[in-house]
Amino acid sequence: MVSGSTTGDDGSKPAGTQTSAEPETAAGAAALGSAWPLWEVFVRSSRGLSHVHAGSLHAPDAQMAVRNARDLYTRRNEGVSLWVVPASAIVASDPDAKGQFFESPQGKDYRHATYYTKSEGVKHL
Amino acid sequence: MSLHTDASPGLQAVPAEAESVPDGAQAHFEQLLAEDSRIEPRDWMPEAYRKTLVRQISQHAHSEIIGMQPEANWITRAPSLKRKSILMAKVQDEAGHGLYLYSAAETLGTPREKMTEDLIAGKARYSSIFNYPTLSWADMGAIGWLVDGAAICNQVPLCRASYGPYGRAMVRVCKEESFHQRQGFEILLELANGTGAQRGMAQDAINRWYAPSLMMFGPPDDDSPNSKQSMAWNIKRFSNDELRSRFVGMIVEQVKVLGLTLPDDSIRFNEDKQQWEHGPLDWNEFKEVLAGRGPCNAQRLARRREAHEDGAWVREAAAAYAAKQAAAQKTEVA
Repeated sequence: MVSGSTTGDDGSKPAGTQTSAEPETAAGAAALGSAWPLWEVFVRSSRGLSHVHAGSLHAPDAQMAVRNARDLYTRRNEGVSLWVVPASAIVASDPDAKGQFFESPQGKDYRHATYYTKSEGVKHL
Repeated sequence: MSLHTDASPGLQAVPAEAESVPDGAQAHFEQLLAEDSRIEPRDWMPEAYRKTLVRQISQHAHSEIIGMQPEANWITRAPSLKRKSILMAKVQDEAGHGLYLYSAAETLGTPREKMTEDLIAGKARYSSIFNYPTLSWADMGAIGWLVDGAAICNQVPLCRASYGPYGRAMVRVCKEESFHQRQGFEILLELANGTGAQRGMAQDAINRWYAPSLMMFGPPDDDSPNSKQSMAWNIKRFSNDELRSRFVGMIVEQVKVLGLTLPDDSIRFNEDKQQWEHGPLDWNEFKEVLAGRGPCNAQRLARRREAHEDGAWVREAAAAYAAKQAAAQKTEVA
């Protein structure tokens, strides 16, 4: 499967929700005896392509996360390689600040080839 | 420890008590909807939108999980090794679909355990269709063709639902559902071309699953109070009746290939409305089943609860093992 990620792209908690006592590590989860940590899954669909976010799952440790990811996201030969990353390890840009954060390329059309029109018709350029 | 308290402050989730809507947030939300763009987990969204999604997505996930039962019922009795393998793959897919959807619901801030608890406590709803019994092997065919067929009709437009994680989960679900529908149709086709008894079995299964599958689209439009809001939010793209009519139009043709019939003499195409029409459905039955008084409600929930409780030691053992490994690693490093 090339694209179509399932869950939150950045693995982060949604806005407007309370972050309750959430274990940071598998060990922490075991100590609490309840929730397994969340892992984000990335699948390389074939050689030559990069790993693409496919979704997420819960697992007690990294090894189980990889196994569960295989069973959950590659039941139909969707992948030749898997990455699992603890959701807590992902650092994301702030969605509320995306205006300023991604401002730099704005108005810099000259960074695109299409900005240069006078050479139109010139071959192999 | 929360997931993100260690990251830069800008990443922290906004506490729930922040009832005051950030400046321009509502306008931005509405603008995204107007552009038919997508809402992502960290975007501000109205509480009612979040609640509607959590309810819809978790109910959908529960349906997939409960939906494993009526079919698992036939794995040991499937007529050949190939049919057993196919049925196991299908039941495995239902589990997968449930997990994709639970993940999507979790991005809205509802923990997985909460959803599981609500289901086994009987507080959460799931599709009424899975409270009907699977009486014969032909039911595996009828479920694939009619139940999964109706599900596909319902779910394809959900791939464009305004909430990003839900739409993406549905893309994955829909890709896999088409195998479910085709394998079901083939089971019926084989029976329809078999002995008289096999033909009769196929027809009987269609007769029993036809009406419940039409009711899967939900109550008629004039009795579906939430539909309007869901459509305004771009969660739902078509009304219940529109989708139902579309589905009737498909199966009325498909049943001819089987050489069998639908148990409904009133099916016709309404030229004025450009819509397929069907006979009356028993909405009282629908409400009864939803309210927990269907033929298999108690059995399905009991089975689910039992599976959850029986699995407790596995979850505990895996967590204990993970803790031990992590501790060992720590000492090694130190």
